[in-house]
Amino acid sequence: MIWGVLQFPGSCDERDAQNACERAGAETRLIWQDETDLSGIDGIIVPGGFSYGDYLRVGAIAQFAPAMGAVAEFAAKGGPVLGICNGFQVLCESGLLPGALLTNEGTRFISRQGDLVVAEAESPFLSEMSPGEVISIPFKHQTGRYFAPPEMLERIEANNQVAFRYAEGQNPNGSLNDIAGVVNEAGNVMGLMPHPEHAVDPLTDSTDGLKLFRGPARVEA
Amino acid sequence: MISARVLIRPKEGILDAQGKAVESALPALGFGGIEHVRVGRIVELNAESADRLDELCEKLLANPLIEDYEIEVL
Repeated sequence: MIWGVLQFPGSCDERDAQNACERAGAETRLIWQDETDLSGIDGIIVPGGFSYGDYLRVGAIAQFAPAMGAVAEFAAKGGPVLGICNGFQVLCESGLLPGALLTNEGTRFISRQGDLVVAEAESPFLSEMSPGEVISIPFKHQTGRYFAPPEMLERIEANNQVAFRYAEGQNPNGSLNDIAGVVNEAGNVMGLMPHPEHAVDPLTDSTDGLKLFRGPARVEA
Repeated sequence: MISARVLIRPKEGILDAQGKAVESALPALGFGGIEHVRVGRIVELNAESADRLDELCEKLLANPLIEDYEIEVL
């Protein structure tokens, strides 16, 4: 399996994403924001960081990068796409995922290890996990408050598009329904605020993040 | 060329964390009696015509899920 890891000016977690994919047994290729040829790529990661300085609104400018056009086509064909943190914000701004991310309720940047509960969504990224399972990965963001207007939120819940919720009492940002990550209707596009790519080495305790990166290869095989 | 000013603000009913932070700092600075502070932004621009400003706002300058906008052609 070969992952394409997107890189915008201002991305900063792309190397960790590559490392996570490689530890999960895959190969990776960095894809600069102006590349549009995704041939040979089996999955896409839109990594964390501060794309285009997060000017105007987080993720707003990155949605117009040429590579994002190619990612939208890739996603429409069913290719697995994972957006982490800023990548989640970019996928929401692009309309590939429902909802939006707002400044944390407490206004502060948060950075700490926390627990997520796997929800009911069906996705290749969740193929190694079961609903109710708890994983421990870092929370690290300032604009992570998940929001969707009431009708959209209802639809997301009714379609089982919630991928992860913050464990009880651990919602760090005021996200609606404790939502930490969602998938598109088909399940092949996933976004989440916490960072599975930072939880892949026993040196930093939890290696739970690896499960997400191994998932799509299991489905493929 | 026309000049335009676009005012973008958080939708009513959505918690505006930035506005809340400003509001909660006011008493310590000696400003009493101020409430419902909301922080938005203004984008000023020149354009050949006003025809596509709505589309520009919908696609980039504002996120219609969370923000309202008003276009003022100057």
